[in-house]
Amino acid sequence: MSKSKASFQDELARLEAVVRRLEDTDLDLDEALALFEEGVVRLKTARDLLQQSELTVKRVLEDADGTIRAGDLGP
Amino acid sequence: MAGLDLFAAAAVSTSEGAWTVAEVTQRARYLLESGFPRLWVRGEITGFKAYRSGHWYFTLRDAQAQVRCVMWRRDAVRLRARPVEGAEVFVEAMPTVWEERGEFRLTVRQLLPTAADGRWQVELERAKEALRRDGLLDPTRKRALPPYPQRIAVVTSPDGAAVRDIVSVVGRRWPVASLYLVPTRVQGEGADREICRALALVNRLPVDLVIVGRGGGSREDLWAFNDERVARAVAAVRVPTISAVGHETDISLSDLVADVRAATPSAAAEAAVPDRAATQRTVEALARRLAKGLTGRTVVAHQRLERTFDRLTAAVQVQLERRGSRLAQLAGKLDALSPLQVLHRGYAVARDESGRVLKTVKQFPDGGRFRLTVTDGEVPARVERP
Repeated sequence: MSKSKASFQDELARLEAVVRRLEDTDLDLDEALALFEEGVVRLKTARDLLQQSELTVKRVLEDADGTIRAGDLGP
Repeated sequence: MAGLDLFAAAAVSTSEGAWTVAEVTQRARYLLESGFPRLWVRGEITGFKAYRSGHWYFTLRDAQAQVRCVMWRRDAVRLRARPVEGAEVFVEAMPTVWEERGEFRLTVRQLLPTAADGRWQVELERAKEALRRDGLLDPTRKRALPPYPQRIAVVTSPDGAAVRDIVSVVGRRWPVASLYLVPTRVQGEGADREICRALALVNRLPVDLVIVGRGGGSREDLWAFNDERVARAVAAVRVPTISAVGHETDISLSDLVADVRAATPSAAAEAAVPDRAATQRTVEALARRLAKGLTGRTVVAHQRLERTFDRLTAAVQVQLERRGSRLAQLAGKLDALSPLQVLHRGYAVARDESGRVLKTVKQFPDGGRFRLTVTDGEVPARVERP
């Protein structure tokens, strides 16, 4: 269940850093372009993550042997 | 008791070997202080007197007996209010002997009213003191909540209103998240142990945040959240914690230990997650700044490129103009050579049906058809020799 998914928090933090750097005046064009490209990728990830519109609810259970299972929320 | 036996044996003596008063009271004090643990005593306050020094003196009594008490300033200042005459209280005290007066009395460290919730209140204060000693109530321990949590554990009853409220609020505000419900009983015998186990389980989950709590109930219903072990389990969670024990007036021990305290499970959910619409606005504002940032950066390069382009077109223009005038001259020469110009002067060209130019008499058989091209068109013709 620890599937590694891009973290919205990290994407947003990086996007903010990219924008601030890009707004910095002394920056050569190659670097600006590289930053811009990274910003576009981060922006897309952040937008995609925000798209999810249905809350996931799991119920966590621990088996007798200590294994953790997360199932759909049952009755 | 061994001590008393020794004391009794020592007391058998002659008048020559008599004890001084100081010796006997001192010995009595040692025996008393070593013979009793610190203990809670219940009684009614009478003869209360607070001195300017800050020390309090009073007598604690019940139907059969009474005992003098002193509460030193360092302990008395921690109490918010002075006890009223006749109040039924609990005191946490150490029995001793006041040697100057040879008087048995209690040194009181802690004093609690019994009126409302008696023993529970005493236990709560004891547990709170223990947590404070271990630094668990230190405000500098409080951690900030993650601004955009993706996985949130919820430790509560699967059947209660709390889980429904939390699912509803998070679903509305921040459906981006996943909730992991760790089910536990929240009231009744053994609920405290179950909550502790659920909180330990949270430490094995890849979550960013945990909400622990329940909806409102009677004081007895909420009691598990005042258990010292539960409070310690809350403190031991490795991610930030929000405690929501639905009760507006009282704050539970879990509330005190958690990083954030919410009055209800809904309020906990509100505190846990950001609003998606507002977050989208934040992201789009960044998107605009990103685009603008690049534009600003490329303006200089763009201007250079435009200047270069202008010089290039100007150079090409000059070349074109130079070549253009030469072309006009050549066109004039071509024009002069054009057969059309010859026709214009009154000549005609004869062609047969296939367009071949007819130049000799032999090429005009009797009755043969041909065409004449003149300056403004063609004329069909036939050879007729008289």
